[in-house]
Amino acid sequence: MGKTLLQKVWDAHTVRRLSTGQTQLFIGLHLVHEVTSPQAFDALRARGWRVRYPQRTFATVDHIAPTDGAARPFADPLAEAMMRALERNCRDFGIPLWDLGDDRQGIVHVIGPELGLTQPGMTIACGDSHTSTHGAFGAVAFGIGTTQVRDVLASQSLALEPLKVRRIEVTGQLAPGVYAKDVILALIERLGVKGGVEYAYEYAGDTVARMSMDERMTMCNMSIEGGARVGYVNPDETTFEYLRGRPFAPAAADFDRAVTWWRAQASDPDAPYDDVVQIDAGALEPVVTWGTNPGQSVGVSGRMPMPAEVDAGERAAVEEALAFMGFEPGAAIAGTKIDVAFIGSCTNSRLSDLREAARIVRGRRLAPHVKGLVVPGSRAVRIAAEREGLDVAFLDAGFEWRGAGCSMCLGMNPDKLVGRQVSASSSNRNFRGRQGSPTGRTLLMSPAMVAAAAIAGEVVDVRRWAEAGRDDLSSTASSGPSGTGRLDEGGRA
Amino acid sequence: MSSSRITRVEGRGLPLAGHDIDTDRILPARFLKTVTFEGLEQHVFEDDRAGRPEEAPAHPFDDPRFGGARILIVNRNFGCGSSREHAPQALRRWGIEAVVGESFSEIFFGNALAIGLVCVKAAPSDVERLQDLVVHDPGARLAVVLDAMVVRAEGLDGEVIIDLPASARDAFVSGTWDATGMLLDDYAAVERTAASLPYVGGRWGSA
Ligand code: SF4
Repeated sequence: MGKTLLQKVWDAHTVRRLSTGQTQLFIGLHLVHEVTSPQAFDALRARGWRVRYPQRTFATVDHIAPTDGAARPFADPLAEAMMRALERNCRDFGIPLWDLGDDRQGIVHVIGPELGLTQPGMTIACGDSHTSTHGAFGAVAFGIGTTQVRDVLASQSLALEPLKVRRIEVTGQLAPGVYAKDVILALIERLGVKGGVEYAYEYAGDTVARMSMDERMTMCNMSIEGGARVGYVNPDETTFEYLRGRPFAPAAADFDRAVTWWRAQASDPDAPYDDVVQIDAGALEPVVTWGTNPGQSVGVSGRMPMPAEVDAGERAAVEEALAFMGFEPGAAIAGTKIDVAFIGSCTNSRLSDLREAARIVRGRRLAPHVKGLVVPGSRAVRIAAEREGLDVAFLDAGFEWRGAGCSMCLGMNPDKLVGRQVSASSSNRNFRGRQGSPTGRTLLMSPAMVAAAAIAGEVVDVRRWAEAGRDDLSSTASSGPSGTGRLDEGGRA
Repeated sequence: MSSSRITRVEGRGLPLAGHDIDTDRILPARFLKTVTFEGLEQHVFEDDRAGRPEEAPAHPFDDPRFGGARILIVNRNFGCGSSREHAPQALRRWGIEAVVGESFSEIFFGNALAIGLVCVKAAPSDVERLQDLVVHDPGARLAVVLDAMVVRAEGLDGEVIIDLPASARDAFVSGTWDATGMLLDDYAAVERTAASLPYVGGRWGSA
């Protein structure tokens, strides 16, 4: 019988079985950032340990990075202290650090793939739950806590329990205006935010096979929001072509040898799965969250739930979420007013995401009451986007164009919601307080949906805009008295 | 840090009802801006505690009846969301030594294990029974007993069966929950595994 990719990678990286019954697993790539590492480095110092594989360890700064200019010292002394600690730790332990002045800086899950560090068949760890992103390349990538960061620094390995594998077969053609983000949000809605606990998710099917690496990363990124610590896609030609020529990818003749090995890591056709789930992507519409966890979502033409109509076990949670959000049970999600539009985060801040969003905003204006923020995932994305003029499209529409970092994905840097503001966000978590205001509210959606909401000032169905040809869009754009070209209400049924 | 054996946790209970309590709620992100774990206990559930309407009952972490409790009793999918170890650290530093719940997020569970915070699962109806018991009698003494894999409590009808993966149980009972030492025990084996992987050191030619 064949093996899954997970099984092959697990076997190849098994150091030994521990007396606890866990597996000691070798970690092939360790990515480090400023938030979850300082205590781990201090523990190493306290015990006189060194970093065993500094050459397999790379650091960057993302969570605390101010995105509106990065003059040092940072205005926030706590952020400055964290930055200094990271600089000192990387210097003392011989780890390369790509900091704010470096063109390789960015969100850790954006730069790993971009630099070609992330490769098929690897084990990858990072002190961040969205490490699952790297699984898009057919790597087994874990989010870990600080004590485990210490374990990896000191021993290049982790003590882990085996995982089951759920194959998720996504089939059908995505409609224009429907994206990988919608697929993963719909999947989490269906399987629940803890449906993936103890599983690795293997994404397969013709829809995934057609997806770009950026789209696959969006899917794998949010595996953790469905409870799965690991999500992956079997490596294929799309993966190999993405990696060719990247700074840390094997070069010249090594590349072809690497492809042979990478290809062999993919799941065998007769591999056994612990569970199989099918999802028809062709039937999906854009998805928007209405609640306080990523599983609480609905298609854009849908309505908020009625607590009386949901399972008794879910009722209290639904009531609580609606009360926090201040939404009327049964109200349509479309038409929900927003205050802030955030395009960014490790889920959706790559060049293709920005292109899709720019396509929507080009020639239009932000709704007057909306603050719009576009935050590229990395310096490299920012530079590439500027080369294409995407910055101009956003700036002309009234968005702010920022430096790379986590920004408003979480409240650890100056970009925060204020009070009860409602944010349309391309990020991954709508937990209470996540975007920096304890009472702030987050609606998760695709970058194109965020762009459309920013223009309309409320949640709208981006498919109407996506279906229209470019000419249509620009004629809308040049209409209107002030030439602002706001999407008029007439566009909505 | 050599870890100590943990075979049982005894103390009073702290009931915290609700599903899917994420780590952003346990410890809001702004308190991650620190280079040590010290003092985090001051901010545990800070926004939930501060954001309560005047007329609402005290948050369990502010309710004097539960002061000094060691055993937190939670519902489903506790600790989901961000991987921040700051969350279990804050609970542990608050004085929580064990958490009994319907289920836990995996990363939270792993982080808790690594710092010696015992997280055990129990059936939803049993969790509810324990929460009820503690709400009605905050002084009741509870014991999470890893040898027998039960929770015992004063005033509880019978025992509550708990569930914990065998490896985690062994780690607590044998005092090996602090994994680093164990992982370094046979470092030559780590190097052998590394040498067998073509991408480590770029050995594609000989792969
Ligand atoms: S962008 Fe958001 S989810 Fe991603 S690493 Fe940064 S804070 Fe975490």
